Amino acid sequence: MAQHKVNYTQDGGLPVALTSIDKIVNWGRSNSIWALTYGLACCGIEMMASGASRFDFDRYGTIFRASPRQADVMIVAGTLTKKHAEFIKRLYDQMTEPRWVISMGSCANTGGMFNTYATVQGVDRIIPVDLYLPGCAPRPETLQYGVMLLQKKIRANKAGNAQKPKRLM
Amino acid sequence: MRAYTPKNDVQAKAYYTDRYYVAPQVPKQKVETDEVFSHDLAAIKAKFDVKEAFIQVGQMIVYINANDIYAVLEYMRDELTYTQLSEMSAIDWLAKDNTFEIFYQMLSMSKRKRIRIKFFINNGDAVDSVEKLFRCADWSEREMFDMFGIEANNHPFMKRILLPYDWQGYPLLKTYPLQGDEFAAWYEVDKIYGKEAREEIGPEIRDTARVDRYDSERFSRLGFEVPKGTEITGDEPRNPQEYQEEGGVFLIKKFTKESSTVIDDPQR
Repeated sequence: MAQHKVNYTQDGGLPVALTSIDKIVNWGRSNSIWALTYGLACCGIEMMASGASRFDFDRYGTIFRASPRQADVMIVAGTLTKKHAEFIKRLYDQMTEPRWVISMGSCANTGGMFNTYATVQGVDRIIPVDLYLPGCAPRPETLQYGVMLLQKKIRANKAGNAQKPKRLM
Repeated sequence: MRAYTPKNDVQAKAYYTDRYYVAPQVPKQKVETDEVFSHDLAAIKAKFDVKEAFIQVGQMIVYINANDIYAVLEYMRDELTYTQLSEMSAIDWLAKDNTFEIFYQMLSMSKRKRIRIKFFINNGDAVDSVEKLFRCADWSEREMFDMFGIEANNHPFMKRILLPYDWQGYPLLKTYPLQGDEFAAWYEVDKIYGKEAREEIGPEIRDTARVDRYDSERFSRLGFEVPKGTEITGDEPRNPQEYQEEGGVFLIKKFTKESSTVIDDPQR
């Protein structure tokens, strides 16, 4: 910290900030939500747009990762077919806890317009979902807002082991 | 008084059907009206048994015997310059006379003509594969097997192409329900969690337009959120959604509506 920035009249004259473990851990977690690259359909295009320069997810510390083992949040962007259902479960199981899921768009929420035999009628039948984003497809602003709400949710919870792992079953 | 009909999912149904509707037929012309086609048909007739032939929308349709298909397509490719198999699949006539109609759409680039070869097979019969003649028939025949359950003899890899290998049922049959039979409805649950999980996960909700604002277990109204399970009365307090909590976030500048700039110009 540059010397001229130190305000010696605050915090007992020390260049330190006092906080609790929960707050600092959640601060770190909520500002480095790495997302799993998981574009399944046209919502994936909006997800890519959110990551690109105009909307710029890097500002939130949200960086897309190609591996579920490095990801904190799975953004299910698109239609989940029944053939693919077992793989979304496998990828979700490979993510390390704590982990979150954003269901992006009508198809992921409820099956959407694909009211057919081959589409899973909502990813919450397979994995637990934290946030549902409406829209077909949702604008990048919606996804940004969703990530902001997720940050809020992370900050509202305890950081320690008390956090209950989410299970559908 | 008019009988009460449930209004659930009413927008998914057609609200008017014409009782006297007769489906229009595409007019058929005689093969003799086209010089190229009549020459081709004569060449096919000289070697194979042709049941029926006519022209529809500028394309000739030829009905042949089911076991001639490989030889007919080979002859058309090598002698009559119909070098491309554009498409092939089946039509379900099971309700009419327990048969499938198989069609092969052929294209000649040099003659600029299209011929459709057709034949009928009984339910449960297999067709001869033409994969050795046209490589594209490989996936087409697999798709036909996937969707109708019609197998192709001498096919190198006669397995489902789109649906998973362990799928039961053939979705393009007219008798197959659009929203799937019981196997399809529980496929992902049975496969991932096992049959005993059915009760816990519950059946699929197929009316996607259904939103119950009085159901606080599964829905919440943005800006008027209440704790899960609360009874909704209609006078819930407003709960303004802001990015950051009241106390702000450690080391991060507080974002407020007042300090932000609203950009009105969409072409900014």
